[in-house]
This record gives sequence, C-alpha cells and structure tokens, in this order.
Amino acid sequence: MPKQLTYVRGEMLAPKEPPLREAGVVKWLRENLFSGPLNTILTLLGLLATAWLLLHLVPWLMHSVWNAGSLGECRQIIAATWGEGATGACWAVVRERWPQYIFGFYPQDFALIARLSFADQYAAAGGYEGVFGAAVNGAVREAFIADLRANAGLFDLYVLGYWRPILAFVLMFVAIAPVLFTALPRKMIWFSLLYPALAFWLLWGGTVWLPVVALLGFAVMGAVFTLLKDQLGVPVSAGLGLVAAVLWWLFAQAPVTAGLQSALPFGLASVDSDQFGGFLLSIVIGVTAISASLPMGILLALGRRSDMLLVRTLSVGFIEFIRGVPLITLLFTASLLLQYFLPPGNNFDIILRVIILVTFFAAAYIAEVIRGGLAALPRGQYEAADALGLDYWQAQRLVVMPQALKISIPGIVSSFIGLFKDTTLVAFVGLMDPLKGITAVVRADIDWKGIYWEPYIFAGTLFFIICFGMSRYSMWLERKLKTDHR
Amino acid sequence: MAFVQEAPKEGFRLSMLIYDTRYRAITIQVVVLFLFLLFLSWLVNNTIANLAAKDRTFDFGFLWMRAGYDINQTLIPYTNDSTHMRAAVIGLLNTLLSALVGCTIATVLGVVIGVLRLSKNWLVSRLMTLYVEIFRNVPVLLWILLAATLLSETMPEPKDFKVTQAMVESGAEPAASNILFGTVAITNRSSLIPAPLLDRPLGGMEIASIPVNFSLLAVLAVFIGSVLVNARFLRRVKAIQEETGERPVTWWKSLAILFVPVIALLMAMGFHLEIPGFPTDASGVSKGFNFKGGIEVLHSFSALTLALALYTAAFIAEIVRSGIMAIARGQSEAAFALGLRPARTMRLVILPQALRVIIPPLISQYLNLTKNTSLAIAVSYMDLRGTLGGITLNQTGKELECMLLMMGIYLVISLIISSVMNAFNRAVKLKER
Repeated sequence: MPKQLTYVRGEMLAPKEPPLREAGVVKWLRENLFSGPLNTILTLLGLLATAWLLLHLVPWLMHSVWNAGSLGECRQIIAATWGEGATGACWAVVRERWPQYIFGFYPQDFALIARLSFADQYAAAGGYEGVFGAAVNGAVREAFIADLRANAGLFDLYVLGYWRPILAFVLMFVAIAPVLFTALPRKMIWFSLLYPALAFWLLWGGTVWLPVVALLGFAVMGAVFTLLKDQLGVPVSAGLGLVAAVLWWLFAQAPVTAGLQSALPFGLASVDSDQFGGFLLSIVIGVTAISASLPMGILLALGRRSDMLLVRTLSVGFIEFIRGVPLITLLFTASLLLQYFLPPGNNFDIILRVIILVTFFAAAYIAEVIRGGLAALPRGQYEAADALGLDYWQAQRLVVMPQALKISIPGIVSSFIGLFKDTTLVAFVGLMDPLKGITAVVRADIDWKGIYWEPYIFAGTLFFIICFGMSRYSMWLERKLKTDHR
Repeated sequence: MAFVQEAPKEGFRLSMLIYDTRYRAITIQVVVLFLFLLFLSWLVNNTIANLAAKDRTFDFGFLWMRAGYDINQTLIPYTNDSTHMRAAVIGLLNTLLSALVGCTIATVLGVVIGVLRLSKNWLVSRLMTLYVEIFRNVPVLLWILLAATLLSETMPEPKDFKVTQAMVESGAEPAASNILFGTVAITNRSSLIPAPLLDRPLGGMEIASIPVNFSLLAVLAVFIGSVLVNARFLRRVKAIQEETGERPVTWWKSLAILFVPVIALLMAMGFHLEIPGFPTDASGVSKGFNFKGGIEVLHSFSALTLALALYTAAFIAEIVRSGIMAIARGQSEAAFALGLRPARTMRLVILPQALRVIIPPLISQYLNLTKNTSLAIAVSYMDLRGTLGGITLNQTGKELECMLLMMGIYLVISLIISSVMNAFNRAVKLKER
C-alpha cells in the first residue's frame, strides 16, 4: 500500500495582520492625503488654509457678544473680557434687529397682543376704541404700545404680533405639501388652489371680499365651461369661460366687492406694500413667482416646439428677449416703464409689478430647461402617444410632460434657486430686501455703524439654508422618481 | 375584391376650422395674431397717450447733447463736455471690461476648483465642495456688497503708507505698505497697481475721436505674428513626426518663438513698470497727501469683478466636474491600455470629449456673468446701467428711450455670445452616421 502523501490542513491558520502601512488610519491617510508628491503638497496647502480659517474664525466666534446696545458697547465688552485687541462677533445686532430681517417694517398687531395678554389694562385703557380708535391722540397710543413692548413676552411680541405673516407662512407649507409629497391625500390640492387668495388677504389685509370675489371669477369660468362643454366642445367653451371670467374681474369685481363689504363688513387692517421687507418680501416674491413661472414656462416650452410658425416665433422672441437682458433692467421696467405701457393714470402696486416681471424672467429660463427635457425624450414616446389616438393635450399631459418634467427637475430647481436668490435685486427698485435694503437700514443706524460681517453672515446663512434645502429636495425627488435601470 | 375607398369628399363647413386638425392650426394662429396685434396696438396707444400727457416726445436726439457729468473710470477719453452717447459708450466699455476680467478669473478658478473637487485627496475635495456649496447658495449681491465693504472698511488709509520724519529717525515702518513685493498698494479708496510705461513709445493718433496707441498695436501685431509662426512650426514638427516617427523637441523652441520677439520689442521701446508710492525726499520722508504713479483701480470695479468671478467660479467648477465625470471610465481605461501616460490621457482623450459637454454651459455662465455686471448699481460702478440707464436717464428724463436702448445693447451682447456658442456647438457636435 503506497504511503499516504497527501496532506490536508485540518484547521486554517489565523490570518496575519496586514502591514502597518496597509491598514487602519495609516492606510487611509496614505491613500487619501499623501498618495504622491502633488497630493502631499495639496494636503499641506489645504491644512494651511483650514488652519488659517479656523485661527481667525474660532476666536471670533468664541468671543461672540449677544447682549449689547451698540457696536461700541460690543467692542468694550470684548476688550474687557478677552483683553485688548481680541476680535469677536457682535451678534447683538442680530438679536436686536432680527424682526426687521424677517418681517421688514410689517406692523405688529398690538391690538391682538393687548386683547389676549393684557386684557385688564386694555379694558382699563378703553379697549380698541380707547387705544387704537381713529379719534385717539397719537401720543396715548404710542405710550400704550411702548408699555406693551416693555412688558410683553417674546411669544406675545413676535408670534402674536406677527401672526398674519406667520400664519400665511405655516399655511404655505400645508398648501405646497400635496405638491411636494405625493403620499398625501389628493383632496388637499383644493386648499393649495385656494391658498393664494388666502395668503393675499392675510398679508395685505383689507376686506375679505376682494379675494373671495376674485375667486368667484374662477367659479364663473368653471360654470360657463361646464354648461357649454356638451354643446360647443372643450376648446370653445374653455375660451368662452376665460372671457366670462375676465369680464367678471373687469366689471363685476369692484361693485360686488363694495356691495358685500357694506353689507357684511369683515376684514383685517390693511398693510401697505412698502411695509413689507426682509425675508417676508423675498419669500412672497419668490414663492409667487416660482409657482406662476412653472406653468408659464411649460406653455412657453411647448410654444417653442410647436409646429405653428406664429406661435413658435412669438415664444422664441419672448424667451430670447427675456434671457438676453439682465433682471435689473426688467425690474427698472417694472418701476419706470410700466407707467408708459399701461392706460394713463393706471398704476398698480410695486410688489405686484415686480412679481410679474420676475415671473416672466423665471418662466423664460424654465421654458429653456423644459425644452431640454422635451428634446431628451425619445421620438417613440410621441409616436406611441399618437398611435394610441391621444390628442395633443392628452399626449402632453399623460405621456410627454411626466417624463420631460422628470428629466428637467434638476434644471427647474436650480432655476428656482436662482430666482429666489435674485429676489434680493428688488432692493434697486426701492423695496426692502434682506441683503441690501434691511442691512443698509441697520448699518445706517448710528449704534451699528461700521458693522459688516455679522448682518451679512446672518442674511447669507438664511439664504444658504433655504437654497441648500431646495437643492437637497431636488436630489431626493430625482432619486425617488428614477424608474429607469441605467 | 375589396377596393380601398377614398375618403368621402366633404364640403367645407365652418366648424372644421375648430374640429379639423388640418385647419385648426390656421385658426389658432389667426386668433393669436389678432390678439398679439391687439395687445401691441394697446401698448403703443397707451405709450403715445402717456407721452402726450407728460408732454414728452420719443426721440434719441438727447444722445448728442452735452452729458455734463463726470465718470470716475474711463477707458477712452471723456470729459463732462462729451455727449451722452459717449458716456453710454464709456459705460458699455466698463461693463465689457468687468465682464472680461471676471470671466477670465472665474474660468481659471472654476477649472482649478472643478478638477480639485474630483481629486482623490479627501481634504482638498471636501474644501472645494464647501467652497462650491457656499458660493452657489448665497445671492451674488451678498458677495458684491461684502467685497465692497471689506475693501473700503478694512484696508488702510493712504496716509498710513506715509513715512514720516520720526519714522526715518527711529527706523520704524509705516502702518501699511505695498503688498506683492511692494508693487501693489491697496488703500481704503482704491487699489494701485504698477503702470507699464515706455521710454520710447511709438506714439499714437486719434481716429474718429478714439485714441489709437501704436505701441500697443505693434506689440499685439508682433505677438499675433509669433503665434502664427509657432502654429506653422508645430505643423512642420507634426509632419516630421508622421514621416519619421520621431517628434523633435519643441517646448523651448515654441516658447522662444512666442515670447522672444515681444520681449525684444518691449525692451527696444524701453518698457518698465511704474510702482505706485509716495514721492520721497532725499532722507526717505514721504511728501504729499496721496500716491503718485501706478494705475488706480477703483474698489467699485474690484469688488464687483472679484465677487462675480468668485460666484461664477463655483458654477464653472460644477460644469467642469460634471463634464469630466460625463466621460465614460472606459475611455481613460482604453487610453491607459494604449500606454498613454495620465497627463496625455487627459490632454488627448478626456479633455477633447469633456470640452464638448463643458463649453455650452460654460458660455451660458459667461453670459450670466456679463448680465450680472449690471449689479454694478450696488457699488456705484459706472457701467452701462450707471451711465445710460442711470445718470443720463435721470438728467434727461428720457426713461423710455434710455431703457429701450440699454436693453437693446444687452440683448445684442447676449445674442453675439449665444450665436458664438451655437457656432461652436455645431463645430464640435458628435458627427453621427
């Protein structure tokens, strides 16, 4: 019998530790920071830059002062606490002026604060008529408000005081939620449709009947459409509905509003447009323009790809004109030229004019983004929709747009981010944007003269949070909607 | 046997204008045309009525009237006796200067940052991501305002640069001094950079009230000549390489062809730099109250251009990064398999393909930067909007004319840039079968 030569190992040897330079932190450092001479130099430069940044930033932030009345006081406190020559941030300016950065010069609702939190004093002072009535001496009212300011808590002053913009802001999320998150019940979209009128009434105040009657215009449009649809078909009845609604707004709006107001007076104190400011103004302009520019951009993109020569030419002309001029010139058009283009003596609110021009501006950019998305769709999709017998709008709605919009999400969102950042330019037509308008007011104050880092960092951070949030949302949406298997 | 029946011939009915797709397009276009003309005539009508109500006319005659205001940065000669037209041209040149300098800085920065963001170096790529996210997500207006404020509030006053008698005696240094090896002075009013001067200039003349500098023209001509000669030289080298398979050494010859003639010409004309500084007396004590010499660069220009460049660089970095990432890995692997070194892989394989992706959005960023120079209003830089759309508009009250002219000029700039882009796109488009 041959001798058994085969050797089979019964148990495995324990694996050897990898060499020190191939494991753990050392390996990571070698691979990621010091993999070659060039990389080493870059790492050292990066370390130098980081160290320089931190050396300046950390002490500056560590020495922050939150309680002070002026920049001089801040500097004194810093010098007293941390020694002569120490640098420190003076966040006291933010602490004192943040309501202006958020709400501009929007009036606080002192009547509400008094009624809810200081009911006894309020009643003693004579209630609404005694303090805020038209016949009351201004000095009495000022004294009451000053007293209120001194005694009211933060919640009273800022949440109750600014309940209108805050409520509008909170409801905005309720309104956009069904658009952003498809998991929510579809019925909520009705609230989204009503929201613009509600927000307008909350923010600008005035009689409640103005937005209600304006909404009735849409009801008129719907009624005409439904009544005539069966006899005249969709296109004609839609056109007639639109005409009816326009006639309603032109001729019925004013008398019906006035009649209802005199019959059932109900409203909020009205607020002028020049009292808007800060992020309130940015968000009002940004959100309105964003929501209005998307449908307009879609129509423009479809117009640009249309077979009809005239429609195409007009769309191309509009898009190229708007994209070819800076936004500032359009804003100046809103503030200087519209008075020439509108019927004599007809001049409407500056914020509305700005919103319209900003919407045009954004729509032209979005149209180009969507055109890119439409062009990226394979021809087969259009042909398949035709083969199924869908008409133009059905094909667009059911087959083309869902895919084209999905492709264009990153572009659309970056247009929105750009639009939101561009709302700061309204400062140049005299509105109080958070960057230039409000900061200029703050820096013109003798107490805060010479301060520059803190207000800009504060406003910049808020912008960063909003814009960064939007871009992250678009990435999430892109991942969620991704159905292909590339 | 079945015959294909012809479609029944129907007479034309009015309802076919709406329900028949053959005619519907025509109906829609007629309606659109009608509405458009109605809208246009409404606008024109309103404008005429408004102009009449304000007792104003619509004409561009004011462009040839005396402007009567000064401009603090003029690239071609201008006094307040010049016309509004010339003021507008000055503004346009300032706009273009800011755009050109801004685009150059933004491109260099953007390419570097975009490439570094792709680097395997963990720290550097994180830092670059931080830069891109911070600059992209904050309005450009903030960067402009911050740059302007920093330049005017943190920089030393001109008098801090002065050397006094006491300083000479005690050997002390003044509170502030020039940076970059003593060549550039940044004060709280402006930056002073060295001025190129010629001892023996070639002179110049005015053609149609625009000064022409012969020295500059000569330098440009010589340089363009060198570039042409260099291109010819490279062609010959390539021919030799294709014939023999050996490529002669070119780099130092190319450099010599490109730069020796220009440098020789400049030396012949006696080129030297004039360093900005205070004039001093024999003992080294500064005289006077302000800097002498050098070119004064306004802080409004620096702040605007620098901020726009930093902001746009973030976008360009993203474009460059996505352009490089769009090239399939297989391309670089194939190049390595062919034995190309990484640098050559980049130059010969990746970049030519990445550029096709990069250039169109890059040019639209240039367009954005050019349009954003109108934010000069934030720092009172006298660009086109500052002259034509600012002081001229306010002085003459010709709002309609000034705004239309200004929009027209911006539109022409944009159309030129975008037609260049389209031409380029056509040239580099993937030629498919």
